[in-house]
Amino acid sequence: MKRRLPRTLAQALFVLWAAYTVSFAVLYLLPGDPVTIMAAGGGDASSVSPEQIAELRARYGLDRPVPEQYATALWNAVRGDLGTSVHGGQPVTRLIADALPATLQLAGATLLLALPLGGAVALLGTYTRRRWLRQLLLSLPAAGVSAPTFWVGLLLVQLVSFRWGLLPAFGNDGWSSLVLPSVTLALPAAGLVAQVFAKSLRTALAEPYIDTARAKGAGRARVHLRHAARNALAPPLTVAGVLTGGVLAGSVVVETVFARTGVGRLTATAVTTQDIPVVQGLVVLGACVYVTTHLVVDLLHPLLDPRIAATERPAVTT
Amino acid sequence: MRATRTPARPRTPGDRRRLAVLAAPLLLAVPLTACSAAGSDGQTTGPRSGGRLTFALSSDPTCVDPHQAATNDAMYVTRGIVDSLTDQDPRTGRIVPWLATSWEIAANASRFTFRLRTDATFSDGAPVDAKAVKANFDAVHDLGARSILGSGFLQGYRGTEVVDAHTVEVAFDGPNAQFLQATSTPTLGLLSPASLRRAAEERCAGPLAGSGPFTLAGYTPDTSVELNRRDDYAWGSPLWKSPDAARLEAITFRVVPESGVRSGSLTSGQVDAIAGVAPQDETLLKGQKVSVVGRANPGVPVALSANTASPVAKDPAVRRALQAAVDRDEVVDTVLSSSYRPATSSLAETTDAYRDNSPLLAHDPARARTLLDEAGWRPGADGIRVKDGRPLRLKVILGTNFGPNQSALELIQQQVRKAGIQLDLSVLSIADYQKARGAGDYDLAWGNGTRTDPDILRTAFSSKLLNLSRISDPALQRELDAQAAATDPARRAAHVATAQRRILEQGYQIPVFEMTTVFALSKKVHDITFDASSRLQFHDTWLS
Repeated sequence: MKRRLPRTLAQALFVLWAAYTVSFAVLYLLPGDPVTIMAAGGGDASSVSPEQIAELRARYGLDRPVPEQYATALWNAVRGDLGTSVHGGQPVTRLIADALPATLQLAGATLLLALPLGGAVALLGTYTRRRWLRQLLLSLPAAGVSAPTFWVGLLLVQLVSFRWGLLPAFGNDGWSSLVLPSVTLALPAAGLVAQVFAKSLRTALAEPYIDTARAKGAGRARVHLRHAARNALAPPLTVAGVLTGGVLAGSVVVETVFARTGVGRLTATAVTTQDIPVVQGLVVLGACVYVTTHLVVDLLHPLLDPRIAATERPAVTT
Repeated sequence: MRATRTPARPRTPGDRRRLAVLAAPLLLAVPLTACSAAGSDGQTTGPRSGGRLTFALSSDPTCVDPHQAATNDAMYVTRGIVDSLTDQDPRTGRIVPWLATSWEIAANASRFTFRLRTDATFSDGAPVDAKAVKANFDAVHDLGARSILGSGFLQGYRGTEVVDAHTVEVAFDGPNAQFLQATSTPTLGLLSPASLRRAAEERCAGPLAGSGPFTLAGYTPDTSVELNRRDDYAWGSPLWKSPDAARLEAITFRVVPESGVRSGSLTSGQVDAIAGVAPQDETLLKGQKVSVVGRANPGVPVALSANTASPVAKDPAVRRALQAAVDRDEVVDTVLSSSYRPATSSLAETTDAYRDNSPLLAHDPARARTLLDEAGWRPGADGIRVKDGRPLRLKVILGTNFGPNQSALELIQQQVRKAGIQLDLSVLSIADYQKARGAGDYDLAWGNGTRTDPDILRTAFSSKLLNLSRISDPALQRELDAQAAATDPARRAAHVATAQRRILEQGYQIPVFEMTTVFALSKKVHDITFDASSRLQFHDTWLS
């Protein structure tokens, strides 16, 4: 592991730089800029003169050549200064820092719900001998994965909040407001975990060492939980890494539906208004999250599967 | 000369009454009598002081500085924080004193003198005086394009002179009659000099001190804005029920972007009132125990603006045929809701100096066909007319800022197809739309603009300003310039009336329906009022 760490870090830095550069290029390929969008706010009543627009563009440095803008932005980003929002004027780092705790709560709650739920469905679905239950449990994940988050969220809020009045429909206040959004995000996440875990459990159960365990007299439950499950954990763990990113992406929809603040809402707003510094900052954040979770997953694999540690393979293929 | 064809008569209170009778009952709802003293149980109770109103907005205000705020949602918030020099009566369009007790307009409406009342203070203790007024106008001018609305209001701003402690004189390079109405908007509302000393970007996030009936207690982006009542307030607009402190103790504006969640939150009692009610949600809400109220936005109605430099749309016969081929009633009935009304002029009904021109906008397919026949557009093989080998196809650009935009245009597309006109719709992002309009890469552009003052016609159609429609029409230009320089309201209204008619007759604009502010409120909320710009005013509001 010690030998691999510098290389992993170098890879991480490369990913960060690439994400930053690609998003910068994409944002500049889009027509218009934040100032044009801002000036369009008045509709046909708008009488902002081209000179005034040019002046504002100059204030944000949008009139300088793109390579120069890129170099300045990158140099500042390396030093931890992600610039200021074109629309609200706040520093991007503060905007993200303000939005992050709410999204972390949401992501944490989602994973806390999704992992046990997905795990339980997979374990039970592969363990039971009742055909109907098995088929029911193993078809649930597909439904969970394919239901659109937006639709699930609206359905939940309609029933639980509007009809039954049990939980608030929107906001960030307390745990009660966290339930509906995290359930909305947890359903597809749990589906994904269950699908992958069930598949790898079935593969593990078909391996010869399971027959050995049975021959030695281990009970069904013991074989299932102790022998098969442990070996089947690597793929769902890798998926959990991907899920963290998925939750971040899902927060864009869920935070809008449930009117929560957070990174997702910030992204939605910044993209609509083409607030380039904020979008850039969010891309860096997203890249950081992906890189970190993959690093953690990488580090966990050898603990689960000693064969990996023994052979020092760079990564597990799933 | 065409100018003499229209009777030069300003809008009088009599006109207004007649219009109100013709109009749907929603236009009578200023102030909203629909939700006055009667409580939900039918018992009549008097206005009560106290309580917190929770109001759901559809979008984040983004900036709570009144000078920079550009969206309606932002202006609902800023209206309570600042007072203005004048106020405008939504029923008559008359400008009335507020912080200014009187004013004079001189030199072709290029110089305005305001005398201020002496008892008003900002919430940070500073007096509302001539120096503060000067600091405010200078600050809005300095904001440039950051104040989208203000930069138009202060076009040609030369400066403000402090005549004495409570008298200011504002001077412009040329005639600027619309400035008087502009002083009634929150955009030119007054902030304390200390607030103005902070950088423009910082002001967006607050704190800010104004002299209004509410103070800004906090703004959390994408979440909420909190306003608290100012108890020592005593200089309210004469249009309000009392000049003293507001009835509500506090207002919480919650940002709830999803329209279904907004509606459900209202019907389930989680909020007291909601803005931005979508046409498709109205029927649903009316079935519940809530009131749905709307008022047409003043200004330019939602319309197709022609690019008069484009090869097909430059033919006036084509534009006039479109005017007759569009069935406005059908658009409103099919795509919108009962809160909306078809356009009846190149200005919306709630605009000052609006004149009813509905005969010019009558649906008349036969006339459309005759106009095109006479102009030499002959039906082609596929039903689309052709002239000199050029098919009658028009590229329409539209944005997605208003949900029903596309369905409305798809219906119009079918309507004008019967006259042999083909519309090609091009749905664009805001940035693309602006770019296409600027570059002239379109035949018809779909849009509207909100402004109570009829000077919006000059903004949209003057060849001396942005002139996105590429119009060259000296007769129209003369009227637009004349209204900007007229100090007498009656004379000004006459010029505006001629201009409205000319724009429709020439087909520079094919107005379709009036953009309407629709909001819904629970039965316990009373007396939220629309101001002249169809934005909300909360001073008189109370909860039962």
